Amino acid sequence: MAATKVYVPRETAAISVGADDVAIEIARQAKEFGESIELIRNGSWGATWLEPLVEVVVDDKRIAYGNVEASDVADMFAAGFLTGDDHARRIGPTIEIPYLIDQDRWTFWRCGLIDPLSIDDFRLHQGFKALEKAFDMGAEAVIESVKTSGLRGRGGAGFPAGIKWQTVADAAGDQKYIACNADEGDSGTFSDRILMEGDPLGLIESMMIAGFAVAASRGYIYLRSEYPLTRSILTRAITTARESGWLGENIQDSGFDFDIELHLGAGSYVCGEETAMLESMEGKQGIVRYKPPLPAISGLFGKPTVVNNVVTLASVPNIINLGGEKYASFGVNRSTGTLAFQLAGNIKRGGMVEKAFGITLRELIEDWGGGTASGRPVKAVQVGGPLGAYVPEDQLDTPLDYEAFIEIGAMVGHGGIVVFDDTANMAQQARFAMEFCAIESCGKCTPCRIGSARGVEVIDRMVAGDEREDNYDLLVELCDTMEDASLCAMGGMTPFPVRSVLKYYAEDFSSAVGADE
Amino acid sequence: MTTETFNRQAAIEIIASFESRAEMLVQILHGFVVRFGWVSEDAIRLLAAELNLSRAEVHGVVSYYHDFRTTPPGKHIVKICQAEACQAMGSRELSTHAEETLGVDMHSSNEEVTLEPVYCLGNCACSPAVMIDGKTYGRVSAGRFNDIVASIGETS
Repeated sequence: MAATKVYVPRETAAISVGADDVAIEIARQAKEFGESIELIRNGSWGATWLEPLVEVVVDDKRIAYGNVEASDVADMFAAGFLTGDDHARRIGPTIEIPYLIDQDRWTFWRCGLIDPLSIDDFRLHQGFKALEKAFDMGAEAVIESVKTSGLRGRGGAGFPAGIKWQTVADAAGDQKYIACNADEGDSGTFSDRILMEGDPLGLIESMMIAGFAVAASRGYIYLRSEYPLTRSILTRAITTARESGWLGENIQDSGFDFDIELHLGAGSYVCGEETAMLESMEGKQGIVRYKPPLPAISGLFGKPTVVNNVVTLASVPNIINLGGEKYASFGVNRSTGTLAFQLAGNIKRGGMVEKAFGITLRELIEDWGGGTASGRPVKAVQVGGPLGAYVPEDQLDTPLDYEAFIEIGAMVGHGGIVVFDDTANMAQQARFAMEFCAIESCGKCTPCRIGSARGVEVIDRMVAGDEREDNYDLLVELCDTMEDASLCAMGGMTPFPVRSVLKYYAEDFSSAVGADE
Repeated sequence: MTTETFNRQAAIEIIASFESRAEMLVQILHGFVVRFGWVSEDAIRLLAAELNLSRAEVHGVVSYYHDFRTTPPGKHIVKICQAEACQAMGSRELSTHAEETLGVDMHSSNEEVTLEPVYCLGNCACSPAVMIDGKTYGRVSAGRFNDIVASIGETS
């Protein structure tokens, strides 16, 4: 009899709540019961609240068991886990989990499904098919397809990817680069990580397509150092791809050369800003560059460089496979396609939900998220990371659409959604926004470097009840200055969360308890 | 974590593994931190010489990034996420708890442990999150924190 396949995620969140121990215990119990199993370490499906989510394959169907602890495993085996039998941890077939089936899995469809480090499994699931198609289509048609899709940068800025690729393709230069921004520093975001851990070969293929489209022979991934497991998975995936002839010179006899080097960040938030990232990749301090010149003209080592976020790149293979029009048929207005929304913070069912733009925050938080983890009312939702506004409860019906969010003074960003319940003190959150900017500012421009430090002081005075009205005006003025005069989004957008607190939670300034308590 | 503060030969090997390319400075420094735990003045001098950079340039990079410490850390490094998703789940209280139970303030060390803030471990659906000696833990209540610390104490 063939070995029974058992899937246990090798993914940061799952492991952070015990998946490795569960895998070890499953192997041990199988041995004890004299059962032959094939233990596959997949990525996560993104239903993080169910991690560790273990699956067993019975009659070609994957049966899921959720929130499995190592101490459950013996009991599960006794109950008939390997034949998918009932147990308190049993959820049912994975493909019937409501959290997962109601998604639009365009970019993340292989995550959870495949063995991330198996070229064979990847190939079985359309791996490198888009690259082969790109070779047939030719570079110009690939760029046209990306333009047609309306795909915008998923790192936060939302710049049209096709136009960026065209600019690099048109730029003069014998050496061009693809720089994948995997410095996913925004709190409440982890979709890049889920993709890199669950489908690293998919990212590699995406970078190769970008390289082919703009005639770049070299790619770099700038990965944040807070993701050590991701690093090990990516390193192995790059090696595997190289060994099987999918990276290197004359890939699969196509005449196309491409290779990838992995660079680690070093704990600096601002290195997620594209020019600071390029500086860091050159071995320097991650200090923001003036723009222009755009990185597309003069980027890494002064060469034309495509800088794209992980999810932006990873959206491309299906755009090639299924067509730009198909992608553009998802979403609303100028926000075409899908975004991987990440439900985080005080939420009952946290995880990743890939949906077409246009869905509302309320749908995500209530239908997927199940409300707060504490069971208390939602007070504020920070969307788009530490530079994103706090959205009050009565605006949760705003559709997730880049422009609709700008209209309410907020931003979609990288799709992180951090929920706070009514125990949160928003003055403390406004103070943190300024404090974080002061800690992470690269220091190049004055509004960001000095403004953030002054911002903390002004908020402290307001909280202390010291000339509250005057300090309120001063804080607004400071926000104006930072917004208008900062070099990059760090200083320029730190006012967003601060202003939202001033606007919707002003009463918290009079009830805030001290600075850091 | 290693106890060796600096070893010239090992350092030269790390630099050589990056082909002595100056643009790999950040990567080389990571190698130093893995090997020695911190970046000493000797390390900075050697890097400047080997990479043909000024000591000021190397020092600038070392001091710019949170990951590169210039004093020896404790035997274990405990990082507690202080970013918004974890704040929403009580990371401020957890940090206070950690300071009390470990007997060391945030941003400081004793021989046993270094306690540091970190701004997002990307484990925001399992907040609050903690990283100890490079391993990420999620859904960390005060009780779970104590259990994890105790289990690490036993194995070391």
